[in-house]
Amino acid sequence: MNNNIEKHSISLYVNNKPGVLIRTSLVFARRGYNIDSLVVSNDSNNPKFSRMNIEATGDTDTLHLMLAQLNRLVDVIHARDLSGEDILQKELSLVKLECPIEKRTELLQIAEAFSAKTIDLTENTITFQIAGSSEKLNRAETLLHGYKIKEIVRTGKVLMTRGEEATA
Amino acid sequence: MSDKKKTGADILLDTIYKNGVDKMFGLPGGAIIPIMDAVKDHPIDFILTRHEQGASHMADGYARATGKPGVILITSGPGATNTLTGIMTAQMDSVPMVIISGQQATSNLGLDTFQEADISGMSYPIVKHSYLITDPKEIPKAINEAFFIASTGRPGPVILDIPKDVANAVIDEDYDDTIDLPGYLAKPELDIDKIKDAAQMISQAQKPIFLVGHGAIISGADKILKTIVEDMNIPITNSLLGKGCFPEEHPLNLGMPGMHGTAYANMALCECDLVVSIGSRWDDRIAASPKEFCAQAKKIHIDIDLVEINKVVKVDIGLVGDAKDVLEKLHKYLEPNDTSKWIKTVNKFRKDYPLKYKKEGKLRAQHVIEEMYNLAGSDVIYTTDVGQHQMWAAQFIKINSPRNWISSGGAGTMGFGFPSAIGAQMACPDRKVVTIVGDGSFQMTLSELSTAVVNKLPIKILLLNNRYLGMVRQWQNLFYENRLTGVDLEGNPDFLKLASAYGAKGFRIRRSSDVRKVLKEALQYNAGPCLIDAVVEQHDNVFPMVPSGANLDKMILGFPQKRKELE
Repeated sequence: MNNNIEKHSISLYVNNKPGVLIRTSLVFARRGYNIDSLVVSNDSNNPKFSRMNIEATGDTDTLHLMLAQLNRLVDVIHARDLSGEDILQKELSLVKLECPIEKRTELLQIAEAFSAKTIDLTENTITFQIAGSSEKLNRAETLLHGYKIKEIVRTGKVLMTRGEEATA
Repeated sequence: MSDKKKTGADILLDTIYKNGVDKMFGLPGGAIIPIMDAVKDHPIDFILTRHEQGASHMADGYARATGKPGVILITSGPGATNTLTGIMTAQMDSVPMVIISGQQATSNLGLDTFQEADISGMSYPIVKHSYLITDPKEIPKAINEAFFIASTGRPGPVILDIPKDVANAVIDEDYDDTIDLPGYLAKPELDIDKIKDAAQMISQAQKPIFLVGHGAIISGADKILKTIVEDMNIPITNSLLGKGCFPEEHPLNLGMPGMHGTAYANMALCECDLVVSIGSRWDDRIAASPKEFCAQAKKIHIDIDLVEINKVVKVDIGLVGDAKDVLEKLHKYLEPNDTSKWIKTVNKFRKDYPLKYKKEGKLRAQHVIEEMYNLAGSDVIYTTDVGQHQMWAAQFIKINSPRNWISSGGAGTMGFGFPSAIGAQMACPDRKVVTIVGDGSFQMTLSELSTAVVNKLPIKILLLNNRYLGMVRQWQNLFYENRLTGVDLEGNPDFLKLASAYGAKGFRIRRSSDVRKVLKEALQYNAGPCLIDAVVEQHDNVFPMVPSGANLDKMILGFPQKRKELE
């Protein structure tokens, strides 16, 4: 068994039906694997189907087995592991910070460095919207941990292949 | 009937009937009454069982005996949950099954209403697929899809959960019943290059062996397998569920390998230079230690389910496809090699390490089983329960044709044997059906004696009664210093009185000298089911035995002189 522990980005194209999310997540849960992030969205080109992007951490062999098990599900049209491929991946996070007036300039400077948008500002708080790669979001988060973060919400990673190639 | 508008229930039964089903097994309750009402005037037979678990194993036995999906009709809540064991059993052994489960009305779902159970939610991990039908117009399409999914590819159970109001609804005849399954692949395309590589590997092997499993039987690969085995002169071993795909009385068949397999099959696996699995999934009862398993040999795996390739044992070539299709293609590229030296070695294993037991003295389960086989022959459908008797039956009963052996393998479900025999007998009324059960297993589903008596099924129930949960006792005896805990079946009923209370014929064997006489008499009794209570030696263990988790070369041939040998 290969003990190569890695984060995997899996893209699925599935039927847009009740129960599909349970069937999919059971493939992970059965092995005691946690899903790190999950995004589900309807395919607006064809509302009969949905796309899922799942991030999970584990050894490569097991994740390959789980990929085959996902593909075996009747409701999964196809599942692909896109880890390591040159694909478009973006994530969005909202960060709400405690922000007394004297910290405002400092925080706005950091926000600028990450091209974050200020989407809410009150007397004591400021909320940024940061978009980009997960790594960029992590770096911004690390830096903002020097201040008082009240809440962070992240969307999870969305994936798309480049050019003509279909995503999942 | 004709001027009456059709309801969801009518359309449901019509669609099931169109899928070739003439029998359903089950037990009604409130939520299924609309469908039961439609059953009244329908050509499909409904077989009333005494417990829903019994119904599920009957449908399983029906399916394994015929290859057609077995159908269960049950009610919501406890009716549905009682079938979960049977559904899991079918899923583990790739048995086609369609489960029609009544449900509370759609408006009551999720409200903890009477006999409401989220059966879809509970069964996700143990079904091939499932449907909760909320629109009556979906019924015909869902039924057609369910039968298609259940019976193609790697077969398995499919649940249809049907709320009462959906069954009651009047449906216009202009419904769409076409199958639309973009995410389902019934038959994978074959990779001819890989098949050629495999053919070369097999043709060049000096010491090849075939390991044949249930998949080969399901795909109907028996004929082409026989041609290949005989053309190539390659010995074969079959898994518990692969029994019958290739005649077990054939000189090239080594019987079952694994934990309680024949010594010669295990030795051949340890010595071979190539093992080809044909529809067998390297179950842990055969390949308990995947890395050590046949480490000396190359491996080829033929399986219709891509998931199985490299799941446990890593293989050199994986051929995804229907076993019969793959073998037919493979056959074209095979070139016979001289395997006579290898066959000689294997035959020496067979001669030096035969299956054996003491025939003298106390009554032995093995003796009763072997005698049953000698008298009843191989043109019989044998079903078994789970435990020591199952392993002895697998060792001593030679199965020569596919679908003549029905046993719960992957799930190891006690209580399976007797109801599966009922299903098999219902499917094949003209065949002789013998079920071999243990006293522990039989008591889990014995209420189906009523079902067998009412339907006058001439099933021979061979009960090997050692008043123990014998297989657990064996493990406690061998690996837990004989600290017997929770295995003594004190309080067993008098099985003859029990049979008689149900209106079934009873026989008893206490002495080895009576075995032949009693079995002969029982085999001639065909007015209904008969139960043969064989009171056997209590403390026999099944050998050979490969300790749990160990490789086949750690096989124990008989009770060790010193306990140390087990460690």
